[in-house]
Amino acid sequence: MSRAIQIRGLRYRYPDGTQALNGIDFHLDAGESVALFGANGSGKTTFVMHLNGLLRGEGSIEVCNTTLSDETLEQIRSKVGLVFQDSDEQLFMPTVLEDVAFGPLNLGLSPDDALTRARTVLKRVGMAHALERAPYHLSAGEKKRVAIAGVLAMDPEILVLDEPTTFLDPPTRRDLLTLLRGLPQAKVVVTHDANLARALTTRAVFFDQGRIAGEGDVIELIQRFHWEYS
Amino acid sequence: MHHLVIDRWSRGSSSLHQRDPRAKLATLLAFLIVLSTTRPAAQWAFAAYAILLIVAVNRARLPILGLAGRAALVLPFSATFALLTWWSGDSLRALALAEKSFLSGMAALLLVATTPLTGWTAALESWRVPRMLILVIQFVYRYLFVIAEQAQRMRWAALCRGSHKAGGFRLAAGLVGVLFARSWQRADGIYHAMLARGFRGRFVPAAPPPFRAADVLFFSACLAGCLAVRILL
Repeated sequence: MSRAIQIRGLRYRYPDGTQALNGIDFHLDAGESVALFGANGSGKTTFVMHLNGLLRGEGSIEVCNTTLSDETLEQIRSKVGLVFQDSDEQLFMPTVLEDVAFGPLNLGLSPDDALTRARTVLKRVGMAHALERAPYHLSAGEKKRVAIAGVLAMDPEILVLDEPTTFLDPPTRRDLLTLLRGLPQAKVVVTHDANLARALTTRAVFFDQGRIAGEGDVIELIQRFHWEYS
Repeated sequence: MHHLVIDRWSRGSSSLHQRDPRAKLATLLAFLIVLSTTRPAAQWAFAAYAILLIVAVNRARLPILGLAGRAALVLPFSATFALLTWWSGDSLRALALAEKSFLSGMAALLLVATTPLTGWTAALESWRVPRMLILVIQFVYRYLFVIAEQAQRMRWAALCRGSHKAGGFRLAAGLVGVLFARSWQRADGIYHAMLARGFRGRFVPAAPPPFRAADVLFFSACLAGCLAVRILL
């Protein structure tokens, strides 16, 4: 099976001196879904910010056999779709349609093609009724769907989801889970939600103080690290 | 948070909403030039400009009082200069100054109340207005919501802990400081989200709709109306 992501020896220190990542080795196979567990501040979000070059640490990062560098940054950002924890950070255009078309326009699609692709993706995530609405006035579940649509519109090969179920009620979580399970992309899911991880992923990686403390089968890892509420 | 009223108005479907943003922007510019060059003594002309604006507001199906109330927000600024002019003995010029500033504000508001932000910023871009200025306008618009939401949440949190009993300047200063820091963090997050979706320092505009005969007719009629008032009254 081909590698979607291959990372070796990734280290990152914030400007205030905090060593957030301390020698991470990670891989993701094409079509595979992996959960990232770990306590708050263990380095999970810092790690995923490296996957499309938003943060640049030491070590090597290969995405779809392309090494991340200044020259390949745009190419890699089109392959790795990052869905942020807080949808409000991801939705910045005046209308839902314009927001979803933002990525395709940046990829160089013509305005007509970008809008067509945005409409198609919004229909796919069940938000075709909200094309002209302002994103910041949608419900939390709707915002999450539009945020995912904005990433899917770039046709990525890998989806990175940072705490996708935060702020969502149980029915909306169920709907989101159904949506995510139907997407063919390889997935990296940062989550505290063991149920979501069991339903969506097969493998898990456990972060602790900027290192990988364990990895393996998702159910086995949840038990080994007692990663459930009860 | 409630939708900005003007943002909601701009999504209307009247004949004025349907005009090309470039035609509306050109009309606004023409109106402002004609208005600013009108003699202070031509008080009937100012009344005629006001009637033209009222007709346009009516065609746009917008509330005249709501729009006029917002346009009146410019008056405290222009009133300072109007008062100075009045004290210097030129009361007609002082009155004209207040009238011009109010009518200018009303006309500019009418443009943004009948044209979505993306429409009139795209029109500005088509006129080769510096891209950095347009970016600033777009970011300010977006971050207004972000900052207002943060401020509202912090105010509620303070009220929940009895800020109506004790607070004052010290509390307000603290809230403003934290609001600044949080807004900066949020803005940083939004910028990262934009980079993640391929942003390269420029909003790529959707293709503008074709400039139709109705748009040319609209601009010509408005220009003729303004010039007629300017010359005849």
